[in-house]
Amino acid sequence: MKDRTSLIGIAIVLALLGVAPFFLPSYYTGLLTLMLIFAVFAMSLDIIQGYTGLPSLGHAAFLGTAAYVVAILNVKIFKGCHFGVELTAGVLSAGVVAAIFGLIVLRNTGTYLLMILLASSMMLWGVAFKWRAVTGGDDGLPGIARPDFRMIHVDLTHTTHYYYFVLLFSIVAAALMYLVVRSSFGHTLLGIRESETRMRALGYNVWLQKYIAFIVSGIFAGLAGVLLVYYNGFVSPSELHLVTSAEVLIMVILGGVGTLFGPAIGAGIITLVKNFVSGYTEHWMIILGALYMATVMLAPQGVYRLFKQFLRK
Amino acid sequence: MLAVNNLTKDFGGVRAVDDVSFSVEPGERLAIIGPNGAGKTTLFQLLSGMLTPTKGKIFAFGHDITRLSAHRRAALGIGRTFQITNLFLTLTVLDNVLLALEASGSTRFNLVSPVSSHKHLLARAEEILSQWGLWDRRDVPVTSLSYGEQRQLEILLALSQNRSLLLLDEPTCGLSPEEAKSFTSMIASFSRDFTVLLIDHDMDVTFGIAEKVMVLHFGRVIAFGSPDEVKQNAQVQEIYMGASE
Repeated sequence: MKDRTSLIGIAIVLALLGVAPFFLPSYYTGLLTLMLIFAVFAMSLDIIQGYTGLPSLGHAAFLGTAAYVVAILNVKIFKGCHFGVELTAGVLSAGVVAAIFGLIVLRNTGTYLLMILLASSMMLWGVAFKWRAVTGGDDGLPGIARPDFRMIHVDLTHTTHYYYFVLLFSIVAAALMYLVVRSSFGHTLLGIRESETRMRALGYNVWLQKYIAFIVSGIFAGLAGVLLVYYNGFVSPSELHLVTSAEVLIMVILGGVGTLFGPAIGAGIITLVKNFVSGYTEHWMIILGALYMATVMLAPQGVYRLFKQFLRK
Repeated sequence: MLAVNNLTKDFGGVRAVDDVSFSVEPGERLAIIGPNGAGKTTLFQLLSGMLTPTKGKIFAFGHDITRLSAHRRAALGIGRTFQITNLFLTLTVLDNVLLALEASGSTRFNLVSPVSSHKHLLARAEEILSQWGLWDRRDVPVTSLSYGEQRQLEILLALSQNRSLLLLDEPTCGLSPEEAKSFTSMIASFSRDFTVLLIDHDMDVTFGIAEKVMVLHFGRVIAFGSPDEVKQNAQVQEIYMGASE
């Protein structure tokens, strides 16, 4: 019964996403693309934040690294898009950064972990900001070409085509992440979240489980970075900045920590609000702060659980 | 089975465990008693690898495990329970047992198939939960269990793993006398394949289970022997039981 409801829910969401471009003006199709990209990003954070209980204020490091790697290959080396190479390099580089960070930070927990991840990710931001020759410094790197699939009559410069391209990747990524959190491995992550000492006493190398989760999370965040950099056609240090890490953290909390699909909804809401509000005022962060406070006070369990409770009544 | 040589643990200036040596034979039941702050739980933390000793050595199953991490000791065959209930609270009873079972074996690295697809784990979980009367409660989150059931699950997690050396840290802590009694018979009924080290304040529990008793006082061993010997020990009566007479 419960499974059937979820299946119907997923089918409806997919159907809506599938037909959306036929009803939406091009601007909103673009916005929806952005929402999907951040949905992948937020879900990837939820693997460590919600399922493993590792809070992070440095998740932008993985998104940003992948974005920069793709951008540098695209603009500086290939002077055009080699999609297969760039996708692989982008996603792997994010995984490698996660593997390196993981070695350094995963001995810590709680607030300490949060802060040390913040510091580590800001170091990468510093590199992107200062290393002008490669990263373009604070000007960033413009002119990133999207993949070229015109041979099969797909023109990714077209908003609608790029939307479906991102939709495809998002669905695959969401399905894979769902598999991970539902897997035996995902099960051990829940155990770690609930009681690390008990897991150790039971014989788990808790560090190793966390380390794998961290890398998996980084890889999916990297995928979001790859999709984002083609979407924007531009990369700048802000992709690596604390503000990006904080935004995705709020997406996860707003959507519902540890629900996987909740953070996707949170990503949608935040992206939407950000776009509208930033049209009126540059003080977007104030609104974000207010939204965050409202979430914590009114729906600390997140909108996804709120929605589920509502459905059950 | 287990041999502890001159084990010492300092916390800053406080010596919690002071030059403790003892050994345990396979299948034996040893109770560790002593007033609050005697170093009993610290000793368990040292044996299970949650803490590393300041001095001394620990040997188990013929290995020097003094510096071994907690999970490696568990893999060698040391299981433990906690004085303060330490379970996966938001997960169900079944999930708790499954996590215990998954600790050995490769499924813990399986990123694709769910726990429920591993039939041998489910079968083993059903077996152990049925045996101890918790199968009907399998889908209940641990937070919703009664305290007594939580304490029972606390032991079951360690027991289900078939670790040959079990460290039970006050298994009857906070239970009613009736519950404590049923726990005593439960532990006493453990197969002799298990070697049991037990901390408990309850003398009925201790003397109902143990064949040997070790008395700790301010981190030192002040008596070691059969329950009767320990009961007769003048020093023990004076510092430990004296208060109640």
